[in-house]
Amino acid sequence: MSANKSINDIQDEIIDEFSMFDDWMQRYEYMIELGKSLQLIDEQYKTDEYTIKGCQSKVWVFAALKEKAIEFTADSDAIITKGIIALLLRVFSGQQPKDIIDAELYFIDQIGLKEHLSPTRANGLVSMIKQIRLYAVAYQTQIEE
Amino acid sequence: MTNTTFDVQAIRKDFPILNREVNGRPLVYFDNAATSQTPKQVIDVIVDYYSRYNANIHRGVHTLSQEATDAYEKARETLRAHLNAKEASEIIFTSGTTHSINLVANGFQALLGPGDELLVSEMEHHSNIVPWQMLCEKTGSTLKVVPMNDLGELNMDAFDKLLNLQTKLVFCNHVSNALGSINPIEEIIDKAHAVGAAVLIDGAQAAPHFKADMQQLDVDFYTISAHKVCGPTGVGLLYGKRDWLEKLPPYQGGGEMIAEVSFEKTIYAGLPHKFEAGTPNIAGGIAFGAAIDYMNAIGFEQIAAYEHELLVYATEQLRQIEGLRIIGEAENKASVISFNVGSIHPYDIGAILDKLGVAVRTGHHCAQPVMHHFQVPGTVRASFAFYNTKEEIDSLVEAVKKAVVMLQ
Repeated sequence: MSANKSINDIQDEIIDEFSMFDDWMQRYEYMIELGKSLQLIDEQYKTDEYTIKGCQSKVWVFAALKEKAIEFTADSDAIITKGIIALLLRVFSGQQPKDIIDAELYFIDQIGLKEHLSPTRANGLVSMIKQIRLYAVAYQTQIEE
Repeated sequence: MTNTTFDVQAIRKDFPILNREVNGRPLVYFDNAATSQTPKQVIDVIVDYYSRYNANIHRGVHTLSQEATDAYEKARETLRAHLNAKEASEIIFTSGTTHSINLVANGFQALLGPGDELLVSEMEHHSNIVPWQMLCEKTGSTLKVVPMNDLGELNMDAFDKLLNLQTKLVFCNHVSNALGSINPIEEIIDKAHAVGAAVLIDGAQAAPHFKADMQQLDVDFYTISAHKVCGPTGVGLLYGKRDWLEKLPPYQGGGEMIAEVSFEKTIYAGLPHKFEAGTPNIAGGIAFGAAIDYMNAIGFEQIAAYEHELLVYATEQLRQIEGLRIIGEAENKASVISFNVGSIHPYDIGAILDKLGVAVRTGHHCAQPVMHHFQVPGTVRASFAFYNTKEEIDSLVEAVKKAVVMLQ
């Protein structure tokens, strides 16, 4: 995992990578590839408890605290959603709860994938980001105790 | 075969939005079953209302109020004539089909009790399921489901078996939003009436394609949303037979729906005002009438024939895509095609089609029981209107092929 890099370093790295693509098709093809390589959630967690239901596609997300950092695993039934999840996990997985809580997420806008976070897409991504933050808050409380 | 009297290019000129580009490509709009586009003639009516005679109806003595009232009531008469209802007061303006159904479901609360049964089809939109479930919870009545076969046709044998003297209400869509199936509502209405049950037909998906004759059908309730028949959003109608509408209590209290109010007793207004509390969507109602006028001027027979041509063409073309499965293959279908390709998620196809300028609906179409039946998370749905063309269908097919290559 990219534990040594800060959240913003990783976001900038992703923006850099995407700037190499000429058009949306290349971006999407790349995301589809990323989707295929997503660090998948263990099947045992693909239950209602870990499901984020969207009208369009489903997302599962699971978090575990490892040496003060949170490791996320996830999955989705739609591959483009999965690609975006892969990017989100690259940014957030391996980070400390406090950093996740304070993070400002800007890379999605800048790589031209904003439409996937629109409420009309109802693909579970917005709720997933909320869920990631909730996990961070929960683990931060646990650490402070 | 080209229909010589149907000039689609001329019709397209009426719809300003069809000139739009999306993501750098000409818009191909195939989400008509969700919302149809609005012709200039209808947009003009809305602009004219707000520019010339915007006023509250049924109250002021001033000229603007009189003009607005006349136009609103004229629209009601247009809708009455369109549906061949006996009287204009059987047409209740609502905010749309969902509102219409809730109005009826609310009214039946006073008329139902434990032991009573309601029959619903398996292929309903959530708006024709949830209000009835809520009604059953409140009254202790039971909701029974008429299944469909794998083509997306209602199982009428099962319907016959489920129907009995306890059945008080039957509700079914005229055309399924998710599958396009046209249901045998004449048979449903006749059989339901034979056991004394009332029938509500959700006509939201039928109204864009063909006329329904209320007296000939002898239906008790029928619903339409304006935004699916070239009208504006936020307005629709409930047709109800006078006897039924008089039996049902008002849905909402407020101004407009009363004859007399004192703190001791309020006397409700007669039909249709009893169900039209508050200031309605006046511009919307007037434009709804204009939209129906517009479609009638083209002619529903022409529209149905042309859309059928589009449906047949699109079905043939889409079937040539390897792995494409059409969900809903009823013998009688409106111009709606739901499909999936292999195991590709409909969201993925929809997202790529959007990039290619093709607007379709993806997801469960607010009809999750239908998706459960076919064991799919959702479908891609292309729905065609009379202003669509075969060239646009070619664009859809090309776009789907491209998406499949990217996603497989």
